[in-house]
Amino acid sequence: MEAFGLLFHGFTVLLTWKTLALMMVGLVLGIFVGVLPGLGGPNGVAILLPLTFTMDPTSAIVMLSCIYWGALFGGAITSILFNIPGEAWSVATTFDGYPMAQQGRAAEALTAAFTSSFIGSLVAVVLITFLAPGIASFALRFGPPEFFAVYLLTFCSFVGLGREDKHKTIISMALGLLLAGVGMDTVSGTLRMTFGLSELLRGVNFLVAVIGLFGISEILLTMEERLALRGHAASISLRVVLQVWKDLPRYTMTLVRSSVIGCWLGITPGGAIAASFMGYNLAKRFSKDPDSFGKGRIEGVFAPETAAHASGTAALLPMLALGIPGSGTAAILLGGLMVWGLNPGPLLFVEHKDFVWGLIASMYLGNVVGLIIVLTTVPVFAAILRVPFAAIAPMIVVSCAIGAFAIQNAMFDIWLMLGFGVVGYVFKKIGIPLAPFTLALVLGSRAEDAFRLSMIGAEGDLRVFWSNWLVGSITTLAVILLFWPLIGAAIGRARGLLQRA
Amino acid sequence: MATPDNEIVVDDPDAPDSSSPPVVGTRAVNIVVYLLLLALAALLAYDNWRTGMGWAPEGPEAGYFPFYLSVMLAGASLYGLVYALVSGAASDETFVTRDQLRRVMQVFVPTLLFCLFTQWLGLYVASFLLIAGFMYFVGRIALWKSLLTAAVFSIAMFATFDIAFDVIMPKGPLEAAFGY
Repeated sequence: MEAFGLLFHGFTVLLTWKTLALMMVGLVLGIFVGVLPGLGGPNGVAILLPLTFTMDPTSAIVMLSCIYWGALFGGAITSILFNIPGEAWSVATTFDGYPMAQQGRAAEALTAAFTSSFIGSLVAVVLITFLAPGIASFALRFGPPEFFAVYLLTFCSFVGLGREDKHKTIISMALGLLLAGVGMDTVSGTLRMTFGLSELLRGVNFLVAVIGLFGISEILLTMEERLALRGHAASISLRVVLQVWKDLPRYTMTLVRSSVIGCWLGITPGGAIAASFMGYNLAKRFSKDPDSFGKGRIEGVFAPETAAHASGTAALLPMLALGIPGSGTAAILLGGLMVWGLNPGPLLFVEHKDFVWGLIASMYLGNVVGLIIVLTTVPVFAAILRVPFAAIAPMIVVSCAIGAFAIQNAMFDIWLMLGFGVVGYVFKKIGIPLAPFTLALVLGSRAEDAFRLSMIGAEGDLRVFWSNWLVGSITTLAVILLFWPLIGAAIGRARGLLQRA
Repeated sequence: MATPDNEIVVDDPDAPDSSSPPVVGTRAVNIVVYLLLLALAALLAYDNWRTGMGWAPEGPEAGYFPFYLSVMLAGASLYGLVYALVSGAASDETFVTRDQLRRVMQVFVPTLLFCLFTQWLGLYVASFLLIAGFMYFVGRIALWKSLLTAAVFSIAMFATFDIAFDVIMPKGPLEAAFGY
C-alpha cells in the first residue's frame, strides 16, 4: 500500500535528534499544561505557538502536536489523583478513577488511563493514516461551491447538534465570522469594519483572540473558585503496569466500542467531551454489573479515556484532509499551519508530502514516547500542584502576553487579548459557547471567499449549491442538521401518534 | 488507604465564601450583553451597508456577507434579549458574588497594570513587577521568594524568546541600558 511507504518516509523525516528532542520538550510542556489549573490543550497550544515561529514547519507542528498529546495525557492525572478534571473531557474519568485512588489503587487507575489514551489515539491515527489521503484526493475535485457547502455543513452541525441554546451558538458563530471579515476584503481590496483605526487594517488575528478567550478568561474563572485541593501522591511501578496490561484483553470490547465512538464523534464536530461521556455510559450499560460503576471499577477509566483520546486525535482528520478542524485545539493547530504559509486542505497532501507524513508519523511516535514519559514521571507532575496558584497565575498572564505580541509584533494585540479575556469570561458565565466562535474565526474568510467565488461563477444564482449530486447532498445535509432539533421532535411526535393509533 | 505521607494538600485560606452576597444576577448580565451585541450588530450592519451590501456586476460586494451576518447576530441577540426579559427575575441565578468579584479583580487589575507597564517599561520589567507583586501581595508569599521567582522567570523568558528563538518583545529603558 502506498500509505505504508509514505508513512515510512515520514518516520525517516522525523528520526533526527533535533526532532526527537523537540518532541520530548513538547510532551513535557503539554503534560504540564494539562495538569495546571487554568490551562488546557487549546490555551497551551495557543500560548506556545510563538515559540515555533522561527522553526521549520515540520519541527514546529511536531512540537505543537506533542503539546496536544501531552495535554491529553495530563488531564487524566488530576482527575484521578485529585478528583479535579483538568479538562472537560476528563470529567467522566473522575467517576471511577478517583474512587480507585481513594482505595489506594491510584497507580492502577493511572496506568489504565494512560494505556487506554494510548490505544484510543492509536486507533484514530491508524484511521487517519488510511482514510485521510483518500478523502483528500476525493476533495481535490471540490470547487468553491463544494467547499462552501462543507463549511456550511460544519457551521450548521454546530447549531443543530450542539447542546447549548441555539441562539447563543448563532451569536458566537456570527461574531466569529464578522471578526474574520474585519480589515481588507481579500476579493475586492475594499476596507471594511475598520472604523478608521489603522490597527484594524490587518484584521483581528485568530491566535490573539484565542489566547485572550481561553488563556486570560480561564485565569479569571479559576480565581473565582476555591483553589484548595486534597489528593494522593502516586508513583507507578513496573509490576502494576504489567498487571494492568495482562488484564487488558478482558476489556477488548470496551476498548473497541469506545474507540469507535471516539473516532466518529471526533470527525464530526461534537468533540471529546461528548465522546467520553458516551463511552462511559455505554460501558456501564453493557456491563453485567452496572451498579459497581462509580465505585472504582477499572472499566470506568478505560471507557471514557479511550473515547476522549480517539476523538481528540480523530479531530485532526478533517483538519488535514479538508482544512476543517474538528475541535478547538485542532482549529488552533490550523491557525498555526496558516502562519507558516501552509494552506490546510486537500492540496496539503500533494504539495507538502513531507510535512503531512512527518506529522502523521509524529502522532505514532509522540504517543509511544508520551506513554513512557507519563508512566515514569507521574510523581513529578502531581507535585506541580503544590506550587501555589499565586505564582502560576502571573506567569501564565506573562506567557499569554508574549504569545499575543509575538504573532504580529503589535502592542495593540496585547490590549486586544485583554479585551477578549473579559469577553471570554462573561460569555463562559452566561453560557455562550466559545468553540463555534473559534471555528468561525479561523474558517471565516475562506468560507466567505468560497461563497463569493461560487456566486461569481454562477452569476448570483443560489441554485449553484444544488447544481450536482455532490454539492447538493452536502448542502441538503447541512440544512437538515441545522433544523435537526425540529426534525427530531417531529419524528418523535409522529412515532407517538403511530403508537397510539 | 491514603496515609498522610502520600497525600498532597494545598490550602486556599483566601477562598471566596459561599455565603458571600451576590453583586449581580445572570439575568441582568444577559440583558446588558444582548443590548451590547445588538448595538454592535447595528453598527456593523451600518458600516457594511455603507461599504456596499448589494450585487456588483462581478458578484457580491465587500459588505454583502458581513451585512447578513450582522442581521443574523441582531436577530439572535434580540431573541436572547426578549427571552431574558420574559423569563422574569424569579428564576435568576447569581452571576458573581462579592467575594468572587474581589478575587477576579485581584487578577484583572494587576493584568491591566501589566499591559500598561509593558508599553512604558518593556515586557520583561513589567513581567518582573507583575509576578513579584502578585506573589507577595495577593499570594502572601515571602518577599525573597517572590523576588527570586520573578527575576528567574523574567530572565529565563528573555533568554528563551529574545536570545534563543529571536522572537523580539517590546523593551524599555532597562534593556536599553544593557544594550539590547
